[in-house]
Amino acid sequence: MDIYRAHVLCCGGTGCTSSGSSQIIERFEEKIKEAGLEKEVKVIRTGCFGLCEAGPVVIVYPEGTFYSRIKVEDVDEIVTEHLLKGRKVQHLVYSDHATHEQNANKGLADINFYKHQHRLALRNCGVIDPENIDEYLAFDGYKALEKALTTMTREEVIDEILKSGLRGRGGGGFPTGLKWKFTYNSQADQKYVACNADEGDPGAFMDRSILEGDPHAVIEAMAIAGYAIGASEGYVYVRAEYPIAVKRLQIAIDQAKEYGLLGENIFGTGFNFNMFIRLGAGAFVCGEETALMRSIEGKRGEPTPRPPFPAVKGLFAKPTMLNNVETYANVPQIILNGADWFASMGTEKSKGTKVFALGGKINNTGLVEVEMGTPLRSIIYDIGGGIPNGKKFKAVQTGGPSGGCLPVELLDTPVDYDNLIAAGSMMGSGGMIVMDEDNCMVDIARFFLDFTVDESCGKCAPCRIGTRRMLEILERIVEGKGEEGDIEKLENLANTIKATALCGLGQTAPNPVLSTLKFFRHEYEAHIRDKKCPAHHCQKLLQYVITDKCRGCTACARICPAGAISGNVKEMHHIDTAKCLKCGACIEKCRFGAIIKV
Amino acid sequence: MPDMKEKFDQLQQVIAELKDQPGALMPVMQKAQGIFGCLPMDVQKVIAEGLGVTLSEVYGVATFYAQFTLEPSGKYIISVCLGTACYVKGAQKVLDKLSEVLEVPFGKTTADGLFTLNPTRCLGACGLAPVMTINDDVYGRLTPDDIPGIIAKYREKEQA
Repeated sequence: MDIYRAHVLCCGGTGCTSSGSSQIIERFEEKIKEAGLEKEVKVIRTGCFGLCEAGPVVIVYPEGTFYSRIKVEDVDEIVTEHLLKGRKVQHLVYSDHATHEQNANKGLADINFYKHQHRLALRNCGVIDPENIDEYLAFDGYKALEKALTTMTREEVIDEILKSGLRGRGGGGFPTGLKWKFTYNSQADQKYVACNADEGDPGAFMDRSILEGDPHAVIEAMAIAGYAIGASEGYVYVRAEYPIAVKRLQIAIDQAKEYGLLGENIFGTGFNFNMFIRLGAGAFVCGEETALMRSIEGKRGEPTPRPPFPAVKGLFAKPTMLNNVETYANVPQIILNGADWFASMGTEKSKGTKVFALGGKINNTGLVEVEMGTPLRSIIYDIGGGIPNGKKFKAVQTGGPSGGCLPVELLDTPVDYDNLIAAGSMMGSGGMIVMDEDNCMVDIARFFLDFTVDESCGKCAPCRIGTRRMLEILERIVEGKGEEGDIEKLENLANTIKATALCGLGQTAPNPVLSTLKFFRHEYEAHIRDKKCPAHHCQKLLQYVITDKCRGCTACARICPAGAISGNVKEMHHIDTAKCLKCGACIEKCRFGAIIKV
Repeated sequence: MPDMKEKFDQLQQVIAELKDQPGALMPVMQKAQGIFGCLPMDVQKVIAEGLGVTLSEVYGVATFYAQFTLEPSGKYIISVCLGTACYVKGAQKVLDKLSEVLEVPFGKTTADGLFTLNPTRCLGACGLAPVMTINDDVYGRLTPDDIPGIIAKYREKEQA
């Protein structure tokens, strides 16, 4: 193996690739060659570092210097200054949002965003080259598979997972070990292991980042699961919208086959395991386990009633064990380090860590992994760096379209499965969207219902018809046409849908409405009774007014497309609300801050 | 550009390659859409015959999934992310502006066949919110004011 004196790690996750990291990597390789350093410095395209806000991200080792928001033009300077002369490029070093500290000597572990994290499922993301199996092997890769196959019985593997307390990271939180045990108990000539990588929650991208950054961890875990339950084939169902993840997973599968870690007679134990990728085609409901299996079979992804559960009759009518990507990513570590080690982290009923995709009105957008039981406040303020532009925190949404919005009073809730449900939301796959005072909670509920109506497969009436009626009511409310009794109608519909819909998607679809009604009922009432939007978000409920700050410069009257503004030069102007389109052009044009929304 | 006969030959090849694997219908349809750009009725008929399934089954799958389209799309597909992170940062206003500039409703193609406006669920680039893609180009941290200039760039390229 070649020894290099320095490594340049460049993030090749979707976020950084979107902001040009591929061109940056090419430029690095070019410049390093030009400088004659190609035998001394190696450029590595890694998976996601997590701090997407600072992307594209580059880290130079051995110093561990963390450069952020790098442009192609910056590469030359890093090569000539840092790599050639050993001088860190101070002005390109990451600067902390909250403290504005820019310290070139601080490594990743010292930065606020990373300091409070505990990276287990993400341990290799941003550390290894995901397209090179040797790097995974160097970080204990496939050792857990070897240990399971050569020193443990199938029952011992299942017991270890059971004892660890690992629960499904895809949303439901079902004990993973039990799922393994049920499928192990089913008798059949063929069983299947499946992986749910159909990450549909809009705003969650942890599964994609794991597949992009550490695909072998998922492959290794699925092989271990195959051994435990007695399956020789595994299917990964991935969203087609994740081309980088699909490509790296395929490369990883091919490499594992080449190394004899997939295929026939693995580790000479007689155990056979093969893996296949199936692409989704843009249907949210396919994240539901029965719908997902129909889709792998090449059919319309409509859920089927349970029982029979997949552990008895799943894919191609055979017993099937389905876990999500993040759940699998924990498995090799549990087998290697033992159930007790894993169970020592987290809360009483939620063990280990959880990855969250932190987004919305937050300074440090990105992927974070924390120990279960970490308070929301710590995730949003210590790691996330708080709310930008001096705005006030209003709510945090967890659990995506199946979850809810939690208000400021609940910020000290320790995050685990049971606490979030008790608070009126849920863990879901781990989307965590922060909202500030400018976000209208009625409109957010409308946004999620719009999503569910769009994505409802149409099979059962409560979901197909019920969610549409709810959306219609919400649309009326945000347009200022809400009536007395609407809130009660919403609650009635919500409870009926929860009780009667066929699958998890329908049963949880009313949650965004119920949780906003619980914590932000006054906003609904303001829309319905006073025809006002307290967040000044809903256009139809706004009025634009010119205050006495107006100098009469006429700029607003000239820009107004509706001719709604009148007034003489150097005199206060006036908006005719009947003509006003509420386009906001006047506010942007006014240099005196004289126009306000009420 | 390969002519229609070549495309149908390619499709037959794909069918022959994949038809024995379990659940072959969706992979075949995905490849077919890659070849033809969409799944018109005559393509669906060939797939149904080739795989020995009914045409209604193929049509059922084609209309169930958002990714499959029965009509050709524009040369430039504009995907505006409507994930939650982008929505709370104002993606709707960006989408409205695009609809206004292009003079088409969401999901439709402009009369000149140049642009298809396609609201999409999370692109996963939440750090760049609000974000859109035009084919392989990514535009992040957008405001409605950025839109006319971006569209003009593509129109100029076409006229040149």
